[in-house]
Amino acid sequence: MQGIDFTLVDWSRAQFALTAMYHWIFVPLTLGITFIIAIMESIYVKTGNPEWKRITKFWTNVFAINFAIGVATGIILEFEFGTNWSNYSWFVGDIFGAPLAIEGIMAFFLESTFIAVMFFGWDKVSKRFHLLSTWLVAIGSNLSALWILVANGWMQFPTGMQFNPDTVRNEMSDFWAILFSPVAVNKFVHTVTSGYVLASIFVIGISAWYLLKKRDVLFAKRSIMVAATFGLLSSGYLIITGDESARSMAKYQPMKFAAMEGLYDGVQNAPLVAVGFLGQTKKGGTPDEIDFAFKLEIPDMLSYMAFLDANAFVPGIKDLVNGNKKHGIISYHEKIRLGRMAIESLAAYKKAKDAGKIEEAKLFLKSFRENFKYFGYGYYYGKNLNTLVPNVRFSFYSFHIMVILGGHFALLFLLVLYFTFNDKIEKMKWLLWSALLTMPLAYVASEAGWVIAEVGRQPWVIQDLMPNIAAVSQIDASSVQTTFFLFLFVFTALLIAEVKIMLTQIKKGPSPIIENQLQNQIKEENKNV
Amino acid sequence: MFENLPHIELQQYWWIIVSLLGAALVFLMFVQGGQTLIYKLGKTEDERTLIVNALGRKWELTFTTLVTFGGAFFASFPLFYSTSFGGAYWVWMIILFAFIIQAVSYEYRSKPNNFLGKKTYEVFLFINGAIGTILIGAAVSTFFTGSQFSVDKMNLLNISGDKMPIISSWENPFHGLEAIWTIEKLAFLQNLALGFSVFFLARVSGILFFINYIDNQSIVGRAKKTLKINSILFLVFFLFFLIRLMFMDGFAVTDGKVSIEANKYLHNLLEMPAILLLLLSGVILVLMGIYKTMFKNSSKGFWITSPGTVLTVFSLFLLAGFNNTAYYPSTFDLQSSLTIQNSSSSHYTLTAMSYVSILVPFVVAYIWYVWKSMTKEKISMKEIENQEHKY
Repeated sequence: MQGIDFTLVDWSRAQFALTAMYHWIFVPLTLGITFIIAIMESIYVKTGNPEWKRITKFWTNVFAINFAIGVATGIILEFEFGTNWSNYSWFVGDIFGAPLAIEGIMAFFLESTFIAVMFFGWDKVSKRFHLLSTWLVAIGSNLSALWILVANGWMQFPTGMQFNPDTVRNEMSDFWAILFSPVAVNKFVHTVTSGYVLASIFVIGISAWYLLKKRDVLFAKRSIMVAATFGLLSSGYLIITGDESARSMAKYQPMKFAAMEGLYDGVQNAPLVAVGFLGQTKKGGTPDEIDFAFKLEIPDMLSYMAFLDANAFVPGIKDLVNGNKKHGIISYHEKIRLGRMAIESLAAYKKAKDAGKIEEAKLFLKSFRENFKYFGYGYYYGKNLNTLVPNVRFSFYSFHIMVILGGHFALLFLLVLYFTFNDKIEKMKWLLWSALLTMPLAYVASEAGWVIAEVGRQPWVIQDLMPNIAAVSQIDASSVQTTFFLFLFVFTALLIAEVKIMLTQIKKGPSPIIENQLQNQIKEENKNV
Repeated sequence: MFENLPHIELQQYWWIIVSLLGAALVFLMFVQGGQTLIYKLGKTEDERTLIVNALGRKWELTFTTLVTFGGAFFASFPLFYSTSFGGAYWVWMIILFAFIIQAVSYEYRSKPNNFLGKKTYEVFLFINGAIGTILIGAAVSTFFTGSQFSVDKMNLLNISGDKMPIISSWENPFHGLEAIWTIEKLAFLQNLALGFSVFFLARVSGILFFINYIDNQSIVGRAKKTLKINSILFLVFFLFFLIRLMFMDGFAVTDGKVSIEANKYLHNLLEMPAILLLLLSGVILVLMGIYKTMFKNSSKGFWITSPGTVLTVFSLFLLAGFNNTAYYPSTFDLQSSLTIQNSSSSHYTLTAMSYVSILVPFVVAYIWYVWKSMTKEKISMKEIENQEHKY
């Protein structure tokens, strides 16, 4: 495999990771805050109370600042499948392209058309049409998440397709199997609810700051009430789907599952590492191994989490690499041999078919079909098996950080909601401070979720079928490096601009004029009472 | 319904959809054209704000159309996506870069504490308007002039280690940028001519949009003045492109084999009179919109020129892909050229996607409805001042 340009592969991965992670700074807020705004506006339309209009408008402005940069970072991702992963685009374009196109037709137009009404239509269309537009923007942005996550879910668990040996690519055979694949459905709900949680924390955090500053109190409390309720409900779904994700990962991506637990030797009654720190890497083994410097475990929990059975056997990284006959796991050596056979049989099939040797071609095709599920492993013939093991440190820490923070968020929503309904929230300084400080943690948890999803499945671009080394485009590594740093520079500059603008708008706060009007209105009401 | 159609008809149907999206994109590039005129037409801060806000309420539609155009191309003709995007890397990267900086510029331009300053965002809008249109035009022109690439699907099965197992290879180190300097058959002239045609057409459309939508005499007055030169330049470049296209060698497909055919695109037009009719009607409408604005003092020219733009671009795409023509030809290896047959998705995928395409008229209808509701009145400084959200 000396022909593989690993510098190119690594930089292409780095570039995709860079754009995806930058994009994901902005998307979850959009996913969640649009619904929060839609709820706020619904209350306004229902009650006719101008304070709710003011609240809606303020959060709409915040959303607009965030939305623009989300769009900017998003366009690159779509086209990077072609520019940087051209082989991939052909190998699975028949399946992967469809969700992207549907995303454009069904979701993006909905979002971009009605966003104009949401931003500028207050005095141009009726109250109800404006409300409908706000809901459609929320639905549109979440629909776009649906389609791209269906596509991502398919990469993690390819289903509903058949390999066509004549076109040398996978072709869709069951659209519904792809759309409703258990991995895709779970991924969608888990990812969008993570966005709802982040957006709720965002709204609560900023409102907490207003309360700490003793300004815009009514505005802040009402914002908190909506966001904390929405956040708590979303947290429930987040935890349920997270639990489901772990099970489907154990089933379909056991290596990712083992890596995120730092589990090298498979065991029955496997314990879950609640808290742990990884130590030194022991080189030279097959595979390299990392010890724990410290760990706190919950007995049997990992087995239960993976298979709903405390006695179940959870395979470790070594079992998966070297095989485990007792548990019916075949080794990577064997998978590589079978994968290579699949690739060579396909090449022989094409040759025989071109030469008109139909019977011979049929035999090769049979051999290819028998071994197809290991197709991607064939590219690793003669290579170090460590390249088939994902980065354990990244996987372990990102998973544990995500889970611990997820628990923290749910608790925060509970407390905030409790004290809001008891009308004591503004006195709970410690809670307001922790809400404020939780804001960056929401982003950390959200990014960590993608790190475990994407780093944990390496080297597979499509699980077991296409590794990253066979997916890249034929370009110079230097070109990718150039664009990497260009994007890094531009995205960082735009991020700084976004944060500065956002902070300025937050400091400015909601429009003060109506605040005065409202206070007068409340005074009037009190007088009447 | 769609599942009973033969594969070739689904391929043609999807070529029509992609062509329509391409046509809609060029029409909506009035936003890009307008962005290159902010300083030409806006002499005061207020005037520039008015221009930016007029465009700012439409930019997302153009952006979304570009994204959908890419997605639809990916879904229906994945080999094009793989070959062109992965090969003509630099052209597409520069185009994308021009769109990244556009997306934030509207929202951030007038916000306090925006880090880069108002002027920078206005420069970003100009870059997007100029680079975006010229390079997209030049890239589309290579549908007729060809590019240097090779496609060998068997490469994917090469695990012997002598080279990367990559299907499509660009056989020119400049990865697409060569389109603007390839002297063979004067391809660069043709590519640049279409690039500048799109650029000036976008400017003309932008001007007509301002005349139609902005309630400000100074801006409209300047717009009318500048319409003339932009229209002339558009015509010069476009007629050069079109006339030369008629007499150029084209890439014909016979029994799956690609060969060079003299005057191929002229033959295509003559053999497909419906497309000839579309093209002529398109060009006439474009000119009529300009004429009505320039000589009849009409403010509705935008609504005459725009359908003309759609028809013209639509017919050019059809010309490139129909009548046994390779729509993405390779001058390096003729047999690597892409046709709508050899580069498309499977019958199943095209069928599934065709059902989704039934939504398109519905999407167009709500866009139309919202556009009308939001532009009932012209945009003015007074209206912007009353808005809490402004660019």
